[in-house]
Amino acid sequence: MKKIEAVKITKAVTELVKQASFFLRSDVLSALRKSYAVEKSKWARTMLKAILDNAASARKEKLAICQDTGLPVMFIQIGQDIVVHGNLKVAINKGVEQGYKKYYLRNSIISDPLNRVKPRFSPCIMHTDIVKGNKIKITFLPKGFGCENKSQLKMFQPTASIGEIKEFIIKAVKDAGPDACPPYVIGVGIGGTADYAGIMAKKALLRKISPNNSKLEKDLLRQINKTGIGPMGLGGINTVLAVHIQMYPTHIAGLPVSVNISCHALRSASVTL
Amino acid sequence: MKKINTPLDLNVIKSLRVGQELLLSGTIYTARDQVHKRLTEAIKASKALPIELKSAIIYYCGPTQTPKGQVIGSCGPTTSSRMDAFTPLLLAKGLKAMIGKGSRSKEVKAAIQKHKGVYFVTYAGCGALLAKSVKSAKVVAYSDLGPEAILKLEVKDFPLIVAIDANGGSIYG
Repeated sequence: MKKIEAVKITKAVTELVKQASFFLRSDVLSALRKSYAVEKSKWARTMLKAILDNAASARKEKLAICQDTGLPVMFIQIGQDIVVHGNLKVAINKGVEQGYKKYYLRNSIISDPLNRVKPRFSPCIMHTDIVKGNKIKITFLPKGFGCENKSQLKMFQPTASIGEIKEFIIKAVKDAGPDACPPYVIGVGIGGTADYAGIMAKKALLRKISPNNSKLEKDLLRQINKTGIGPMGLGGINTVLAVHIQMYPTHIAGLPVSVNISCHALRSASVTL
Repeated sequence: MKKINTPLDLNVIKSLRVGQELLLSGTIYTARDQVHKRLTEAIKASKALPIELKSAIIYYCGPTQTPKGQVIGSCGPTTSSRMDAFTPLLLAKGLKAMIGKGSRSKEVKAAIQKHKGVYFVTYAGCGALLAKSVKSAKVVAYSDLGPEAILKLEVKDFPLIVAIDANGGSIYG
């Protein structure tokens, strides 16, 4: 059985916080550059240029890409043949706190959602999974809440058509409109349960933006970009950079569909220990 | 690009048109959700406010911590529509301009027109870039709110786009 010290996990998480907060994902950067290259409208070009300049400033000045350094979400894949010396959850939250403090990020976490005082850096939300092998993979997704607020869930009838599902996803993006920092990346979870569809929608944001997309994803991308919302909602042909869908088996009586929207500052970083 | 300074002159405000790009220099105050709630409660209870609202410009922003040797951290705009319910009252009490991102309610649009104010948007999700236009930052009220406290900012050539003007025009249609 392989062993790992909790302190090593804390250290790795601190670095993930830095990586995700200062350095925009390379796939997101290329997608933004591609959008800038094809946009013709004045506003869209101005906005995309500001977004690209901002990513360069953040990288150079070691400043957060966005002041909303997110609610820290962790996806943890734990190999079944590894033992952690110490407390895994404590180690991860300690890494989050140290990283947010050290790199001057924002304390956006309210302990009591109904009595909103004294914002802190933690706790993060952890989604754990048991996998084969003797390694731990930790993925950090700091989720900004301007876009998280635009998430939607619908429990469809099992007889619903693809058309109805598409309409719901497109409507969710229209509802977000100019408010949540387009161009967006859209994560969609289809199947499972209400909660599991939500987790899948968020996980879908982690997938690298690439040309390898399903027909449904491509259709949605094309249709959403026809809305003309555009970068920062001021018009253009790039309302979304990508639509990513995750699916899971579900019950004969239902069809959960969850939409999780990410702003253009889609940040995440991973490490395998 | 046209440059404007605080305090905003009424004639300048009236001359602004939707879609116009501007560079703002002068004093602005950060205020977001909890501050709006507190200011509204104070106004309704006829209590003194911690900042002078008359002619003020409010920036919907909660910056990161300030890195060593810097004036401010990353400091982009937050979603303006969350402040919609509180905004007409603040405009009635003298607030002249707001800076944020995204659309506003019909009520806010009408109140802007009625009180001859203006709503600007700035580069959303570009907090590292916007930090360059901030020359000083000081907490002036509600420090218990952490990043949501009211900060007095001195800005130089802060980039703005007129999103709703005093004539009721809106960039979002």
